[in-house]
Amino acid sequence: MARVVILGAGIAGHTAARYLSKWIGKKHEVVVVSPNALWNWIPSNIWVGVGDMTEEDVTFDLKEVYDKAGITFHQARAISIHPEGNKDSESPFVTVEFTDEARAGQQDTLTYDYLINATGPKLNFNATPGLGPDNGYTVSVCTAKHALEANEKLQEQIEAMKKGEQRTFVIGTGHGMCTCQGAAFEYTYNVDHTLREAGVRDKARIIWISNEYELGDFGMGGVHIKRGGYVTNAKTFSESLMVERDIEWITRAHVNKIEPGKIHYEQLDGNIGELPFDFSMLIPPFAGVGLKAFDKKDEDITATLFAPNGFLKVDGDYTPRPYEEWSAEDWPKTYQNPVYKNLFAIGIAFAPPHPISKPMKSINGTPISPTPPRTGMPSAAMAVNVAKSIRDMLNGAEKPTHHASMAEMGAACMASTGSHFFRGSAVSMTVYPVVPDYVKYPAYGRDLSLTTGEVGLAGHWVKYMLHYTFMYQSKMKPGWSYMPD
Amino acid sequence: MPKSTNREPYQQTYYPPTPTGFTRYMRNSLPWQMIRFIVINLKVLRLMLNSQH
Repeated sequence: MARVVILGAGIAGHTAARYLSKWIGKKHEVVVVSPNALWNWIPSNIWVGVGDMTEEDVTFDLKEVYDKAGITFHQARAISIHPEGNKDSESPFVTVEFTDEARAGQQDTLTYDYLINATGPKLNFNATPGLGPDNGYTVSVCTAKHALEANEKLQEQIEAMKKGEQRTFVIGTGHGMCTCQGAAFEYTYNVDHTLREAGVRDKARIIWISNEYELGDFGMGGVHIKRGGYVTNAKTFSESLMVERDIEWITRAHVNKIEPGKIHYEQLDGNIGELPFDFSMLIPPFAGVGLKAFDKKDEDITATLFAPNGFLKVDGDYTPRPYEEWSAEDWPKTYQNPVYKNLFAIGIAFAPPHPISKPMKSINGTPISPTPPRTGMPSAAMAVNVAKSIRDMLNGAEKPTHHASMAEMGAACMASTGSHFFRGSAVSMTVYPVVPDYVKYPAYGRDLSLTTGEVGLAGHWVKYMLHYTFMYQSKMKPGWSYMPD
Repeated sequence: MPKSTNREPYQQTYYPPTPTGFTRYMRNSLPWQMIRFIVINLKVLRLMLNSQH
C-alpha cells in the first residue's frame, strides 16, 4: 500500500484529495495535512465581506468530510520536506507541526510515496508597513475571518454615512508585486452595491488603487474581447465599469506604507502620492509558506528545490529570458519536480517560470507589476490532472500521464454583486488560455471565442449556482464526482 | 457658485464608453438574461473541458 501525502487543503489540495480518495483510496492511503480545521470556498469571502453571507455559508469542517471519505487528516502545518529521507528513514518524509488544540506545537514526521505540495500562499502583509488587519490599518477578504471583520468595519462606515458624514473607501492591491486583482475588483463593486442599497452612495468616494499598468490587466497582461463590433481590451471594459459606478482609479502604483487614515504610494513615473482613507481593503502580496527542504545528509537544499519567493520548482523552464522571448512553452505541464519524480506542486504553491504581465520598474527602481494569478479554476484543473497522473503512476505508468499547463487551460471570473436574485448584477469574464499563446493565437494570444466579458444578471445567477455547486461538491455529497471542476 | 454650462474634458471619466439605456435594459431583461445564463454556462463548461488533457 502506497501513501500519498497532500500538504494543504485549499481548492488545489482538497480537489486532489477528493479524486485520489475516489480513484485509489481503497488500495492506498491518502493523507491531507492542513493547518486549518475548516475548508473555505474563498471566492465567496467577498460576499462575507459585505454581509451577504456568513462564515458558515462559506466554510465546513474538513475532518468530518475526510472521515467519511476515508482520507486521513492531520491538522498541522508542514515544516520541511526530506525527499531523500535521512539517516533515520529510508523513505522520503515531511515534518509537520500540529495546530489542533490537543497537540498544538508538537512535531511529527510522515513518510510518503508521493507528495503533493498545495500549501497555497503566505499572505505577506509584512511586505508593506501598516498593511493588513492584524498589525495594520487595512482590512482583508483573504480568509473568512478577515472578511467578517471587513464587513464589521464596513457597517460602521455605513452607520456614520447615514448620520451625514462623508467617507473615502480605497480598495485594491497593497504592494507593487501583488496578484489576485480580481478579488479586489469584485469587492470594489460589492462595496459600491452595498452603499447604494443602504442609500449612502452619495456620501462615499470610492477609489481603486492597483499595481496594474492599466485597468483590466488582472496579472494576465490584460485580455482582448469582442464587444460592439470591435475587438477591444479589458482596459476599456473595466474603465467603463468604473465610470458607470463613479469609482476613481489609480494604477501603476506600489503602496509602500500605510498609516492610520493615510496610504502612501509610488507610481511607475516616480510620482509619490498620499491617499486619505476611512476604509481600505488591500490585497497583500503572496509568498511561499516557508517550507524548508533537506537531503539525505540533512544538508539544506531549500534553495535548489524552491524559487527565491518560496514556491516549489516543477517542470517549467526557469531559464531567465527577456520578456520578448517568453513563451507558452515555458509553463509547467505536469507539475512534477524535475529531480524528485514523486514530488508535485499545484495551485499557488508551484513556482511560475516568470510573470504573465510585463515586468515594470519605477524610475526609482521599484518593481510595480502584477505577479501571475493561479487560483480558482486553474488550481482545480492542475489538481485533477496531477491526481490522474499519480493514480496512473501507482498503476505502473513511468511518468505523469496528464498535463495542465496554464497555457492550455482557461479561467472564469464572475464578479457578482448583491444577494437579491433580481437586483444583483455581475461582470462575467472567461479567458482561454490564461497564459497567452502567440504561436497558436498570433493576433491576441488567446481564443476570442472563449475569451469574453459581459455584464448582467445572468453572471450573478451563475456565481450563485457555482457557490452552491462547489460547496456541495467539496463536501463530497452523493454524485460529487459527476460534477465538473 | 455660478451654474456650470460646460463639461470639463480630458478627465479620467471623459473617455471610457458608458452603457446606453438599451444596454442597461438588456442587462436586466429576464428573457435575455436567461439565454445569457445558458450561454455563459456552456462557455464555462467548454473552458473546463478544454483544461483537461
